[in-house]
Amino acid sequence: MKAKPNPVKNPYFAGTILGVVLFAAFALTHSGLGASGAIARIHVAFTKLFWPSHVDCVGTFATMGAGDHNALDHASIFLLLGTFAGGMLSAWLNGRMKVEVIKGPKITKVQRLIFALLGGIIMGYGARFARGCTSGQALSGGAVLSLGSWAFMFSVFIGGYAIAYFVRRLWAD
Amino acid sequence: MLPIDISAELGKYGGYAIFFLLGSGFGIALELAGFGDSRRLAAQFYLKDMTVLKTMFTGIIVACLLIFLSSAIGWLDFSLIAVNQTFLWPGIVGGLIMGVGFIIGGYCPGTSIVATASLKLDGLSFLVGATIGAGLFGESLPSFENFWNSSYTERYLVSDWLGWSIGATVFAVTILALVMFYGAEKIEEFFKNKDTGNEWTWKIKKRSYIYGAGILIAVAALVWSIGQPDPIRKWKIMESKYASQLSSKAVFIHPLEYVKTYNEATIKLVTLDLRTSHDFEIFHLSGAENVKLNDLLNTKVVAPLAQLPPQGVVVLIADNDSISVKAWKYLKVQGVLNLYILENGLHNWNNLFAGKTISGKTFNLASPPSELLEQFPKDSYVTKIKIGSKKRAGGLCS
Repeated sequence: MKAKPNPVKNPYFAGTILGVVLFAAFALTHSGLGASGAIARIHVAFTKLFWPSHVDCVGTFATMGAGDHNALDHASIFLLLGTFAGGMLSAWLNGRMKVEVIKGPKITKVQRLIFALLGGIIMGYGARFARGCTSGQALSGGAVLSLGSWAFMFSVFIGGYAIAYFVRRLWAD
Repeated sequence: MLPIDISAELGKYGGYAIFFLLGSGFGIALELAGFGDSRRLAAQFYLKDMTVLKTMFTGIIVACLLIFLSSAIGWLDFSLIAVNQTFLWPGIVGGLIMGVGFIIGGYCPGTSIVATASLKLDGLSFLVGATIGAGLFGESLPSFENFWNSSYTERYLVSDWLGWSIGATVFAVTILALVMFYGAEKIEEFFKNKDTGNEWTWKIKKRSYIYGAGILIAVAALVWSIGQPDPIRKWKIMESKYASQLSSKAVFIHPLEYVKTYNEATIKLVTLDLRTSHDFEIFHLSGAENVKLNDLLNTKVVAPLAQLPPQGVVVLIADNDSISVKAWKYLKVQGVLNLYILENGLHNWNNLFAGKTISGKTFNLASPPSELLEQFPKDSYVTKIKIGSKKRAGGLCS
């Protein structure tokens, strides 16, 4: 572990790696990358532990994990595990592996955790609404020129910019 | 030829291993860009640090150029690549919701995984929230399910919408990205943030950016000038992959198998009749569509065929098997699955069923019922139709 983290890479360099990985994903599996589908599957698997009959009743849950079908037995889960492992490896090699709460200086750690949870809930909801997140829709769909993905991508930016002013305290210096 | 179906090559768990490796590459790329840090992601929306836009669009353009360049030179069959289905309005509404979640939570689902992996507790909190949010969506969906399934097109490319060729669209998208990169650099100069902005490994010279942009433009121009292969050129590239299905007669079906398929409730049968419209009017099978061979080069005609559900079957009928073989080639390379030819067209049709009656009654020759099959010995034909269960669309988001 290094005392001081390495600076991050040039965004165009990181983006080029991202693009090559994305191309490899299409070439080897004929679909792109994604994250939110796996997150929804984790939710279904978790719900099933406590309330299996409910999974069978809700349409979108049932398609992933009804009956004796294991919601986690799916390629997207292994993609998520890989993303986790890759992120961990790179953070470790670059000295960024550190228990911390990343936040703007004007809010407390607890506030930041609450807003992260809230933002996560909104994002998780929106990602299912849009049938994919910034990885699965914007990145993957964008690269294969899907019209819906491009419309989605711009609306994510519009949604963010529209609200940014009102929550500026979260991120202010 | 790409894409490889890795799960078919390596088995289910071998496929999972590849997905794990691809995910690792994805995680490394996101982490290297600094996306484990919510401040850097949020700064995008305060114009202080445009890393999100730059990284994302570089990724999109690089992948896009690689995909369509490989397709142009015949290394990759784009018709087999999963294109996210377009649900235009639900996508836009979902995107707006996600934008709000993005700026409040500081991550998106993929980056929160990377943040959690590098022990950022706010990333973990976000990830837990996203899991809850996915659940809430499923619970609330029944109240707006009609909207959620509205404005749907299975495979709708930006190029279809613009009415341009794919090559021209790729070129335009590349130029758009470069203009955005230029704008992003200029904006950052104004709003530079000492915490996150402009803190890169290499301080590269302006000239390197111009070279980089030059390479992208050159590749995009190459993609445009070669063009995407039309079905005739594509067949030449892909002949070795599919020709055996024709030579072994594996895709020629017997009229009795047609009757069986026609009466199968679970199969969506599309019958394309390539004979002259005069002959078609005299007699045609019930439900058949009269098309010309050249129609099958028109993407508007072919798109619905390539987008049939997995249990869709397309059968070609012509006066001459050389015409139906040609049609089969055109459609096969455009991604039509479960594609068959009615052997000898309708030449044997009347003879085969001549004199047959069902419980003493005659029947309509254009739509023979399944009871008819009982009057033929079981081994009078070889079953050829196999329904592939694989559906290409959907991808990993579902």
